[in-house]
Amino acid sequence: MNTQKIEQTVVPSNQLVAGGGAFFAAVFGLLFGMTQDIPLIGMIGGLVLGGIVAFGIVKIDKSRRISQIVMVILGLIFGYLQAQISGAIIGAIFGWVFTWFVFWLATGQYRRRLPSYATPGQVLWHHTFVVICWAIFIFLITPIIVVMPLSFNAENFFTFTPEMLNFDPAGYSLKHYEDFFTNSDWQGALKNSFAIAPVATLISVSLGTLAAIGLSQPFVPFRRAIMAILISPMIMPLIISAAGMYFFYSRVGLQGTYFGVVLAHAALGIPFVIITVTATLVGFDHSLTRAAANLGANPVRTFFKVQMPLILPGVISGGLFAFITSFDEVVVVLFVGSAGQKTLPWQMFTGLREQISPTILAVATILVVLSILMLTTLEMLRRRSERLRGMTPS
Amino acid sequence: MQKLRALLLISPLLAFILITFIAPIADMLFRSVENKIVEETLPHTVALIDSGGDIETVVPGEKVFSALYVDMFVAAEKKEHTRLGTRLNYEESGISSLFRKSGRRVDRLDVEVYREQFENIDPSWGEIATWQSLADNSDASDMLPRAMWAYNAWRDYLIADGDNPDEEELEDFIYVALYDDLIALEDASEAGDLIQRSANAVPDFETVNFKEAFIGFDKDWGAEDVWKTIRTYSPPYTEGYFLNAIDLQKEFEGYSVRPENERIYGVLFMRTLFMSLVITGCAILLGYPIAWLMSNRPMREANLLMIMVLLPFWTSLLVRTSAWKVMLQQQGVINDTLVWLNIVDEAGRLVLINNQFGTIVAMTHILLPFMVLPLYSVMRTIPETYTRAAKSLGATNWTAFWRVYFPLSVPGIGAGSILVFILSIGYYITPEIVGGTTGTFISNRIAYHISSSLNWGLAAALGTILLAVVLLLYWVYDRIVGIDNVKLGG
Repeated sequence: MNTQKIEQTVVPSNQLVAGGGAFFAAVFGLLFGMTQDIPLIGMIGGLVLGGIVAFGIVKIDKSRRISQIVMVILGLIFGYLQAQISGAIIGAIFGWVFTWFVFWLATGQYRRRLPSYATPGQVLWHHTFVVICWAIFIFLITPIIVVMPLSFNAENFFTFTPEMLNFDPAGYSLKHYEDFFTNSDWQGALKNSFAIAPVATLISVSLGTLAAIGLSQPFVPFRRAIMAILISPMIMPLIISAAGMYFFYSRVGLQGTYFGVVLAHAALGIPFVIITVTATLVGFDHSLTRAAANLGANPVRTFFKVQMPLILPGVISGGLFAFITSFDEVVVVLFVGSAGQKTLPWQMFTGLREQISPTILAVATILVVLSILMLTTLEMLRRRSERLRGMTPS
Repeated sequence: MQKLRALLLISPLLAFILITFIAPIADMLFRSVENKIVEETLPHTVALIDSGGDIETVVPGEKVFSALYVDMFVAAEKKEHTRLGTRLNYEESGISSLFRKSGRRVDRLDVEVYREQFENIDPSWGEIATWQSLADNSDASDMLPRAMWAYNAWRDYLIADGDNPDEEELEDFIYVALYDDLIALEDASEAGDLIQRSANAVPDFETVNFKEAFIGFDKDWGAEDVWKTIRTYSPPYTEGYFLNAIDLQKEFEGYSVRPENERIYGVLFMRTLFMSLVITGCAILLGYPIAWLMSNRPMREANLLMIMVLLPFWTSLLVRTSAWKVMLQQQGVINDTLVWLNIVDEAGRLVLINNQFGTIVAMTHILLPFMVLPLYSVMRTIPETYTRAAKSLGATNWTAFWRVYFPLSVPGIGAGSILVFILSIGYYITPEIVGGTTGTFISNRIAYHISSSLNWGLAAALGTILLAVVLLLYWVYDRIVGIDNVKLGG
């Protein structure tokens, strides 16, 4: 970071700016040309135009903001002429990014993260690497992003219709959401999920927290072996758990019952509770309980008044993990449950295998929103827990 | 005291896990070798076969068929013969229909002669009271084991049907069992008068040739293959399921390799291992750069990037799988984009789904966070100064990375790889939906045997093999990383 001062003095050459602009525009031109089946012309056109424009905006106008506005408006107009609204949006984005890229090169910002002695080759490699990383991040995120707009599809397809691509309101509708909220199959599945997950979570959390407190005592015989057994439901492939539970539960008459599914899901959620709660207990100061006992509190009171408030964030996040495990679980319920315990993931699974209706995508979108909420809660809990234990939140 | 308290706190959960989770696994292990059904359904046939003695031919003689008749009659009344037929059909196709057919015919076979001849010796043989008193007398039961078994079985199935056996007439098959017992009885001098008189008379009885009768039902009863199968699978425990699971088969003469066209599990296991390795490799390839990027950026930026890793991690598995279906199908987003860019034409849309490619892409995406999180937590602890020091000592970028940074990050790769590999080797949902026929795993086959073919023993054997592999890796993971150190990306 102390190299920043030197960087300011690096003056990029005109060739670099023009070349960079030309390269960027050439890539875009190539893509554009490919859609029109004239890839070569597109690329050369982009190369020439991009070089000139990049050189131009840096020379004529030193302010980035004005150039950016001009370029965005130009992009909007050309894009709209080419392909209406979707074209305009792509054009505007291109204009914005292009100007940003040119000024990024022109102001030398591209060297901000690198030591001043880095050779051009190293600079290029560094940025190629970052681009590769972003491509991987896009790979991670795209499938989830793509699902969302498709769930508003007016047609019963899994694909983008031309109307959707043109942002025609007629191409969008809420009918799949309506289907989800009115269809008895989906509603029954939703009810089942909410009947199973909280009960399973309650069992995992109550037993798991107790055991975690036991495990965090200083001397526990066979600690390693006990831990391995308690964590095993998480590591065991679900198909093996499901097969074993199916065989065993049908032997004792639990197969196909609500109770059987709840027990199975509770078992699957327990490792998460154990892991999160023992992690919270690592920083727990045992002199606090001793102090409480010293002041005359009995063990139960000590637990609820002293220990519980401190480990509560861990317990809640463990509970969230257990809840989502049960809520998202499909393999075990597929075998241990019967039609009466059909949960939301099960309904999605049969939907994906048999009739493909975009209602699945509507459900998927709702679940993604739900998981974003869950992620936020967990992050907040983690910070709170670290604050409570006197660590600086990272 | 403290130890006791700790154990007391742990014990409820331990008991819970042992009952709801470990017991089912143990049950699965047990089922992979259990084979009691043959012995339970055809007890006397199996006992005669196993007693050794005169089994010079594969297809047994009269005596065994006579026992088979009694066993089969009871099994047919209890509707258990089809279950056994299905079980043996896994080993030799055709047995299922053979049993179903014989079960029907056995009921209609006329064996009244036995009953008539016994009633000629003494009419009391036709009375329930006689039989009941014999059944209550332990000496007589020891002497006439099969007759008493047949009598009790008869009572049991009548009661199960809701009838009162005391008001019904004795079935003819019980007299067949009685005849077999008396013929086998060596010394009747200890027995009561009724049995002594009957035992003396039976050698002159007119009998039914059961062997002929059974071969008349279906000529397969005279076939060696059928009897070889029954004899091979008569013991209560068998290694046959495991042999099947590795493409061998247990035959009368010993083990043998299955014919070429029936060998599917070897291929499937190899494919599961191969694809899991490819997925793990892809996850390292994709996970390493982004973990590096995250660990070399300031905290605030790294946290933002972390959200992009955690969001898919937290999204429902079904959501991600359906998303990949949307992306990869013939009319999907990727194909649409390629067509739009004129890279492929409308007719040449790529087949990206329902094959190995689809499974690998979707599962790499789904399991990538499990690689990134351990990698990131290891890379954060590697000081940046190490590589800088290496470079200032004259190392090139590559040498600095390969000789200094990479070795330090190996624990992260190890932890992530084992985790991804364990998870992928037992995956079921994603291969089922995007895998088609060439992209499925061994777990799909296990599910098939549980819910479609109902060959639970084979499913259990396949599951046990998979379990052994996973436990081995679990042990390695525990050695390298430690079970306590599993991070949940929080």
